[in-house]
Amino acid sequence: MAAISREEVAHLARLSRLAVTEEELDRFAGQLDVILQSVARVGEVAAEDIPPTSHSVPLTNVYREDVPTTSLTQDAALSGAPDAYEGRFRVPRILDEED
Amino acid sequence: MSYEEILTRYEPVIGLETHVELGTATKMFCGCKTDFGAEPNTQVCPVCLALPGALPVMNRAAIEATIRIGLALNCDIAEWCRMARKNYFYPDMPKNFQTSQYDEPLCVDGYVDVEVDGVTHRIGIERVHIEEDTGKTLHVGGATGRIHGATESLVDYNRAGIPLVEIVTKPVPGLGGLAPEIAKAYVAELRDIIRSLGVSDVRMEQGSMRCDVNTSLNRPGEEWGTRTETKNVNSLRSVERAVRSEIIRQSAILDDGGKIHQETRHFHEDRGDTSPGRSKETATDYRYFPEPDLVPIAPDPAWVATLKAALPEKPSAKRARLREEWGITELDMQSVANAGAVEIIEETIAAGASPAGARKWWMGELARRANELNVELTAVGATPAQVAALQKLVDEGKLNDKLARTVLEGVVAGEGDPAEVMAARGLEVVNDTGALTAAVDEAIAANPDIAAKIRDGKIAAAGALVGAVMKTTRGQADAKTVRELLLERLGVS
Repeated sequence: MAAISREEVAHLARLSRLAVTEEELDRFAGQLDVILQSVARVGEVAAEDIPPTSHSVPLTNVYREDVPTTSLTQDAALSGAPDAYEGRFRVPRILDEED
Repeated sequence: MSYEEILTRYEPVIGLETHVELGTATKMFCGCKTDFGAEPNTQVCPVCLALPGALPVMNRAAIEATIRIGLALNCDIAEWCRMARKNYFYPDMPKNFQTSQYDEPLCVDGYVDVEVDGVTHRIGIERVHIEEDTGKTLHVGGATGRIHGATESLVDYNRAGIPLVEIVTKPVPGLGGLAPEIAKAYVAELRDIIRSLGVSDVRMEQGSMRCDVNTSLNRPGEEWGTRTETKNVNSLRSVERAVRSEIIRQSAILDDGGKIHQETRHFHEDRGDTSPGRSKETATDYRYFPEPDLVPIAPDPAWVATLKAALPEKPSAKRARLREEWGITELDMQSVANAGAVEIIEETIAAGASPAGARKWWMGELARRANELNVELTAVGATPAQVAALQKLVDEGKLNDKLARTVLEGVVAGEGDPAEVMAARGLEVVNDTGALTAAVDEAIAANPDIAAKIRDGKIAAAGALVGAVMKTTRGQADAKTVRELLLERLGVS
């Protein structure tokens, strides 16, 4: 059985706001399935006594002190923006589902 | 149909999610400042703008503040927990995910005791977790300035990444018709507790404390109903009104045999009711997973114990103590607490005012002014020291009540301390006996009939002459002194 369905890929594409054609859905579903099945094989060799790992470094409690550092200037902050207006990032009208 | 009648047929269950912006100097994951009101996009950096390759590091002060809030709400502190990514696509979060916590919150399983009408209700706390605030979007191009009809959005990321603590209650059943009031009292208590910790200014009107209210109805003996989540509830009064309006709205639907849809609704301050918000159908698929860029949090139990031992006095206990010290009734203390005036009155007393004097000004003139301006008492323009100084001038007889009010107007208008305003405006009570005696004699001469009556023992008539003197001295005399002087001059004292 496939690890990911075509419908799930379409759903993820929608959540990520990616326009994906019907042909691409077929292709990506197949590719993602191969990737997921390969990763799943790791689970086959993991022993019962090994807990799932989310972090590869054995560290906890890495903090910074609450001391201000220098921020970017407004010009620098907006320099990579596709569009800006009065010091703010300008983006297209947001999400149809707000209506 | 009346609200009371609805409550005979339905039982409400409520739940509250409260977001509190912490008052740390810097953001949650970077060193950008958190100052309110800065020029847009001037408190941003590669981390909070999510530029490629930027890596977050957690703010120790924010973790400490969250643990202290958890402890103050009687929670257990997790021995080990992780941050998580909450994925969603919206321009208020440049990363396209919010760094939050999911199934491993920092604090769990606490409670808050809330008193309404002398009865204590225990509100269970499900969890307290740490996350980050979003940027501010401004919708433009539409006729109303709201999102409907907007053609584009302008985004300021100064707020993005400011530490945000989310406090979630357990569902609270069994409150009946008191549910709206208890919801309000809970948020007020939460605000007082967090304020006492000094970790946030918890100003609902400025958005540093925000509330979402869940409400459902069920018929007695039946399972809990479908809940709605009301957002945009931005004042204590609105918390109460939002719950009440949802109870009324849902009961009407259920009475007609309809169904309640699980949805987000928006509260409208102006109308006092709710309207449907965005559909959650796709929005709830957040695909949480452990944040790989931040290592787990494992608070040292000794550190947690130290923080617990250093918690301040509970606001409810403090109110009881101050009520005793100030010698006022429970009702008066409640008004003081509801006005958010406990600390400021305390500070005024510490600055030398009597409890009665301090309370009089903050709960009278200044509360009225704060109401008019729609600001907190702390922003009304007078300091505890100034109010104490004002009361001192009254106690010393340099100002009478009316003049003191005028001086206070000058103080809040920024004209200086009470003594400066008094001097600059020439408002000091006329204590010059020579001048007063002249004014009194003038009044007697101008009103011989009244003076005769008083001489004949009709002391009650003295009021008219005192009034006349007050008028010629433009209110700058002490009425009691004038009266004494008048009776003395008429030989009836």
